[in-house]
Amino acid sequence: MAVTEQPRVEPGQWNLIERVHPAWWVLGFILLVMPLLANDFWLFQVFGWTFILGMIALSMMFLAGYGGMVSLIQMTVAALGGYMVAILGTSGVAEISQGLPWWVYVPAAILIAAAFGTLVGALAVRTEGIYTIMITLAIASAFFYFARQNYGLFNGYSGFNLVVPPMLFGVDWRGAVPFYYLTLGCAVLSYAAVVYVSRSPFGLALQGVRDNPRRMAALGYSVNAHRIAAYTFASAIAAVGGILLVWQNAQISPGTAGIPAVIDILVIAVVGGIKRPIGPFIGALIYVVLRTFSPDVLLAFGLSGERFKLLIGMGFLIVVFFSPDGVLGLWEKWQARKPRDPLKGGR
Amino acid sequence: MDGSRNTAGRLGSVSSGNALELRGVTKMFGALAAISDVTMSVRPGERRAVLGSNGAGKTTLFNCVTGDFLPTSGTIRLFGEDVTAFPAYERIRRGLRRTYQISLLFGGLTVADNVYLACRGVSRGRFSLLRPRRGDVLTSRAAELIEAVHLTAARDSLVANLSYGQQRQLEIALALAGAPRFILFDEPAAGLSPTERQELVAILTGLPGHIGFIIIEHDMDVALRVAESVTMMHNGRIFKEGTPTEIENDPEVQELYLGDGSHAHA
Repeated sequence: MAVTEQPRVEPGQWNLIERVHPAWWVLGFILLVMPLLANDFWLFQVFGWTFILGMIALSMMFLAGYGGMVSLIQMTVAALGGYMVAILGTSGVAEISQGLPWWVYVPAAILIAAAFGTLVGALAVRTEGIYTIMITLAIASAFFYFARQNYGLFNGYSGFNLVVPPMLFGVDWRGAVPFYYLTLGCAVLSYAAVVYVSRSPFGLALQGVRDNPRRMAALGYSVNAHRIAAYTFASAIAAVGGILLVWQNAQISPGTAGIPAVIDILVIAVVGGIKRPIGPFIGALIYVVLRTFSPDVLLAFGLSGERFKLLIGMGFLIVVFFSPDGVLGLWEKWQARKPRDPLKGGR
Repeated sequence: MDGSRNTAGRLGSVSSGNALELRGVTKMFGALAAISDVTMSVRPGERRAVLGSNGAGKTTLFNCVTGDFLPTSGTIRLFGEDVTAFPAYERIRRGLRRTYQISLLFGGLTVADNVYLACRGVSRGRFSLLRPRRGDVLTSRAAELIEAVHLTAARDSLVANLSYGQQRQLEIALALAGAPRFILFDEPAAGLSPTERQELVAILTGLPGHIGFIIIEHDMDVALRVAESVTMMHNGRIFKEGTPTEIENDPEVQELYLGDGSHAHA
C-alpha cells in the first residue's frame, strides 16, 4: 500500500481482517499455539534463536532493502547491546557488572548500542557499495579485537557468564515457553515497526534516498542525515536482538561479535531475501535448522559434524545462484509461473 | 554586498530585489570551462528562457544554481542570500526548485507518493515515523498538485508505468511542491508530443505570478511562448539578452542559433 493511499472503510467492515492476508492469520495462530505443539528444545533453541537472529538480520535488511546500504555492523551492534546488559546489569563477573535494575540497564543498553550504530553510520554513509561493506566490516573486526583485549570493561577473552533475564511477574523468562513468547513478541514488534516505518514519511524518504539520492537532495532532503537516522533505527532493533541473545546463551564473549557471526547475519539476510522484512526470519529459520541438525545428518553419512558450514555455504550458493532475492525471490518466481485466472486476474 | 556573508545575506534580500543573481560564475572541469564568468539577474516572478546549442553550458548553469555542482568561482544569490556554498537541500528549502532534463523520479513508488515526498521534503516532519493520517495537509496538497498537472487518473499508478509525457508532468508537480519561489525547468518539453507540449505550455503559463522561472528549452515555440525575457548562451558564456522578439530578430542569434533566418526550431 502506498503511504498516501487512503484505504476505504465501509461501515461495518473490520478493515484489519480484510487487509491482512489469511496466510498471516494462520501463521500467527500457529506461532501462538506453538508451545502446545513443540518441545522445549524447539521452543528455546530453534524458534528462540530464529527470532533473535531474524531480528538482527532484519536490522540489516532495513538498511539494505530500504536504504540501499549493506552494513556488516549489525551483529556488532547487537553484541554491544548484549555486553551492556552484562556490564550494567548482573553477571558472574561481579567486579565489572554494575548490578543496576533491569529498567535501567535494558534501555541504557539499547541506547548505547543505537548510539554506537549511529556513529558507525555517520562514517559509513560517506561511502557506497563495496566500500560501505568494507568500512563496516573493518569496524566490526576492530570491535572484536578490542573486546578480546580489553579486560577492564569487556573482560577480555572470557567475556561474561551468568547473564540471565530478570525475574519479572514471578516468571523465569529463560524458561522455554516464556523465552519463546518473549522472543516471539520482540520479533513481531520489530517486524511491525519496520513495516510501519517503511511506509512512514521517514521510510518513504529512505527509499527515495536509496533510489535517487540526487533527486532527494533536490526535493529538500539531507541525504546523509536520513541515512544516519536509518542506522539509528536499525541499530535499536539489532540491540534488542543482542540483549535476547545474551539472555539465551546466558553469556557473551568476543566471539559473539566475531567475523564468522557477522558474516552469518549477512548470509541469513541474503538467503531469506533482503527486499522484504519477512525474509530475514525465513533465512534465520533455515540457518538455525541447518546449524542445529546438519551435524547429525553429516555424522549419519560418516562425515565430520563440524562441516555443517559446508552445507550452509552450499545452501547459500544455491539460493543466490537461482534467486538473488533469496528464498522469497524463489517463491515469487514460482508464483509468477502459475497461470492467471482469466476472469479475476489472480493466481 | 561584499562584506561578511551573513550580513550580505540579510541585507541582500532587501537591497538586491532579485530572485536569482549570479556574479562571475565559472565552472571548470579540469581545463574545460563549462560555463565562464556568467553574470545574470532574474527578478522575482520573471520568466526567462535560457537558450543555446548543445554544450553551451545551460544545464551546468542549472547545476551550479541548485548546488549539484559547486562553482569554481563566482557567487550565487537566491533572494539576496549568498547560497554559493550551500548544499542542494538548503537551497530547496529557500524556495528554489528544479526539474531535470532526464526524469529523475522514483519509479517504484506511486504518483501520489512521489508528490507527497516532494511536499514533505520542504516541510517539517521529514524524519517522522508516523504515517500520515486521513486528511493530512500534505496529502491534500499532494492531491491538489496532481490535479494541477492533470495526473489525477494516474494518482495510484507506479511511476515506472507512466508514459513519458506523464513523467514530465509529474516532474513539474514535484517542482511545484511546497512553496516554490523560483523554478528551473530543464527541457521540460523534450520528447513530448505536440498535444503534450500544448498541455505543458498551459501548465507553465498558468503558474501563479509570484513564481519566477528559468526554462531551458530547445523547442523555441514553447520557450518563447512562456518566457518574457531570453538569455542566449554560447560556449559557456552569455551571448545575448533581450525580449523574445529582440532575440528572434537579432541577426547574430539567427546566424549562430536559429540558422540563417529560417523558422524557429533549433
